[in-house]
Amino acid sequence: MKQHRTARIIVSILFVGMLAAPLVIKWEAARRGGNGITKLDAQSALARHGFYFEEVSRAAGVNFVHQAPTLDPQLAPIMPQVASMGASVSIVDFDRDGWPDIYVTNSGEGSKNALYHNLHDGTFKDVAEEMGIADVNQAGTGVSMGAVWGDYDNDGYEDLLLIKWGQPELYHNDGGRGFTRVSEQVGLPPWVNANTALWFDYDGDGLLDFFIGGYYSEDVDLWHLKTTQIMPDSFEYAKNGGRKYLFHNLGNGKFEEVSAQTGINSRRWALASAAADLRGTGHPDLFIANDYGVSELYFNDGKHFHDVSAQTGVGFAPKSGMNAAFGDVLNDGRYGVYVSNISEDGVLIQGNNLWMPKEGTSGDGLQFENLARDLGVELGGWSFGAQFGDLNNDGTLDLYLTNGYVSQDRNRSYWYDFSKIAGGNSIIIIDAKNWPAMEGRSLSGYQQKRVWLNDGAGKFINVAQAVGVTDTYDGRAVALVDLWNRGVLDAVVANQKGPLLIYKNTVTPENKWIEFALEGTASNRSAIGAQVTLYWNGQQQKQEVSGGSGFAAQNDRRLHFGLGKDPHVEKAVIRWPSGKIQSIDHLGVNQILKIKEPA
Amino acid sequence: MSEQSTAPTAAPVRSASGAPARKSWLSLDNRYIAPIFITCILVGGHLSFGMLESYQKTALAIVASIAADLVLGRIFSGKWPNVASAYITGISVGILVRSPAFWPYVLCSVISITSKYVLRVKGRHIWNPSNFGISALLFLAPETVATLSIQWGNYLLPMLVIWALGSVIIWRLRRFHITLIYVVSFTAFAFLRSCITGSPWQSEIAPLTGPMYQLFIFFMITDPKTTVRSKKGQCIVVFLVAFAEFLLRLNQVVYAPFYALFIVGPAAMLIEMWLDSRRAPAAGMGAGAGASAAHA
Repeated sequence: MKQHRTARIIVSILFVGMLAAPLVIKWEAARRGGNGITKLDAQSALARHGFYFEEVSRAAGVNFVHQAPTLDPQLAPIMPQVASMGASVSIVDFDRDGWPDIYVTNSGEGSKNALYHNLHDGTFKDVAEEMGIADVNQAGTGVSMGAVWGDYDNDGYEDLLLIKWGQPELYHNDGGRGFTRVSEQVGLPPWVNANTALWFDYDGDGLLDFFIGGYYSEDVDLWHLKTTQIMPDSFEYAKNGGRKYLFHNLGNGKFEEVSAQTGINSRRWALASAAADLRGTGHPDLFIANDYGVSELYFNDGKHFHDVSAQTGVGFAPKSGMNAAFGDVLNDGRYGVYVSNISEDGVLIQGNNLWMPKEGTSGDGLQFENLARDLGVELGGWSFGAQFGDLNNDGTLDLYLTNGYVSQDRNRSYWYDFSKIAGGNSIIIIDAKNWPAMEGRSLSGYQQKRVWLNDGAGKFINVAQAVGVTDTYDGRAVALVDLWNRGVLDAVVANQKGPLLIYKNTVTPENKWIEFALEGTASNRSAIGAQVTLYWNGQQQKQEVSGGSGFAAQNDRRLHFGLGKDPHVEKAVIRWPSGKIQSIDHLGVNQILKIKEPA
Repeated sequence: MSEQSTAPTAAPVRSASGAPARKSWLSLDNRYIAPIFITCILVGGHLSFGMLESYQKTALAIVASIAADLVLGRIFSGKWPNVASAYITGISVGILVRSPAFWPYVLCSVISITSKYVLRVKGRHIWNPSNFGISALLFLAPETVATLSIQWGNYLLPMLVIWALGSVIIWRLRRFHITLIYVVSFTAFAFLRSCITGSPWQSEIAPLTGPMYQLFIFFMITDPKTTVRSKKGQCIVVFLVAFAEFLLRLNQVVYAPFYALFIVGPAAMLIEMWLDSRRAPAAGMGAGAGASAAHA
């Protein structure tokens, strides 16, 4: 009896200890993860992290504020969450002057997109109107959701693919002096509710093709609903989204839609896509992050796409994919892919995914495992756009993530109602009429951003507030770019119903860098798909020119490598999309190398 | 969740004549019906819709639960307990808890099992173990833990199959009235909430169509060990659970069903014990009689 009493006392103490354990874990995580710094101290940030950001949009002459659309009145009760996308940013040097420019989309009916021309003096001038790519959101044609740039006719000037909830458009760049709409000639579909698109040369013929991923079904006109049954038929298994399009470039300005014949038949709700050669085949594989379901990965053999989502492991657990970005996170020459999802304390903890190649797998047997938690990049609130880039030039890729869904009343949350409907059967969730009204409430609003610094030893640490990223807008798209050719990556962030932010980066000069501006000859001239593997100080890092990545974004096509202190660069190996391998030895640092594909 | 597998109140299956039924696959020992059913849900749900967070996490929850029950059962009763109950607790934790981390699965299982041995009044544990464990973690670790809040795919059929199978099994265990009263009460309160808040009634009904509720109504609220003994009392208590949930939902508490059971279940048990103790002297019997067998 006495033994029992003693045992009960001991077990009771352990029981209390177990109940206290989550609090201890939380406290320890806060102690390790945060340094308690909530505002920028530039010198301290420079000393501790090697860089800091200053938000300079106004000083740079950029006063862009995104407007959301006003959709069919039947959607009015939940309008803030339906009309919650459209802020996008893409980087392009549209006039080939060697300085990156910025294109941003707007989504109010009649609102105008902006093309910020880099004036080389720290400021920009919006030239979209005079270039003919501003007034693209007229009533009845839909509104912009994103834009990606690629030189489809290899004339040296980047052309504009604009996706909308509405009529997609292709604009030909006329030598940097203006744009001509060529949508009809190309045969673009009359209406697509798209949120993602990218350029890539999937068949290696030297001509850029493009992919468009539908979100809402293409037979839905969100301004004139025939039915309110337009919502996903499941929160995690929805397959009633928009179709996908793959336009194969036939040359001479002509394209052919080949999605079905190449094996892309999904009707999941695509929000983000990115392409990279994951297996060393020379062909870009296609990753699609889907809302309301699993992600999809297609291996590309140059002619057909093979759905390998399940066998590679990325198509197992359904979440709310909103981002796809590739990065050689561990400097081992293999890409991980970062997919953002939703995490809200006490309601829904999906966690973001960082799919890393499994040890011992490669080629067609390639498999991925989610290491977001192990590496410390799992929880980012209602996460949207994210991009990899070496923000402090220390030689490892960091991760910039923006987030926040609908910021309205700070003190009233819609989460309870959202969780209620999200758990319902398809016959309930599919009908917008069944969704409770938002009534001014926030849904994961006013969230703090994440700037995760890669420590080079397998861990990322969030330093956003400490390095000056303190905004709490509803972030959507992030693009990383060396805006002023200084050898540092600046961040441009598009916010839903918020201002376009330009975070100018200052990096400790001790850390060196090198950038590659590639131009294809046999390959597509934009060099999209070209891989550079840089070898220095006994390590390597691989990067690939992208035709669109993140969420509704496109980074600078120039590849930026941080090198750390006292680097000795052994060589750079460029694998062009044509298959040509080029090796360059004895590279100097702190320079932008312009390299043309050798004949 | 659910010690109904070892329920002292679950009567043996009898034939129409009142004689014990002939042993057959249909008259499987009651202890194993619930574990088999919940395993079917787990396997079916996962193979068809990939509903598990991961195999490893579910396995971890089950192993932790069984291990904790074996150790604590041995310590407190001096013999190895039947692990069917712990299996259900573990598997319920494995299904219901959603967390990207591994530790919540272990901790929730161990807290659930330990609560059976620590939180006892007059020899009876008063909280449903997994209800206690999940509620505790939802409250203490909201930044890491959520619960299953998704659908069985896009279709109505899987839901109907589970409802049908669950109803048959719960009927066989003579606890269908609990489930029925809860569903009717929830539905009535859903319409009342819709009137009060102006939300579409479909959104108020929506949670009932999800798997979390199927597990809740078939396994958690019917747990014999943590429900009162009389049939009338069970009906009253489960109605009060639905009512408490109604109040919590009006206050926009996301995990209202878990918290409602967390509050009402033990309160009902304590009231029953108090009533027992008042009756006991008159009846000339000890207060804990009958309850002593309530937990092995």
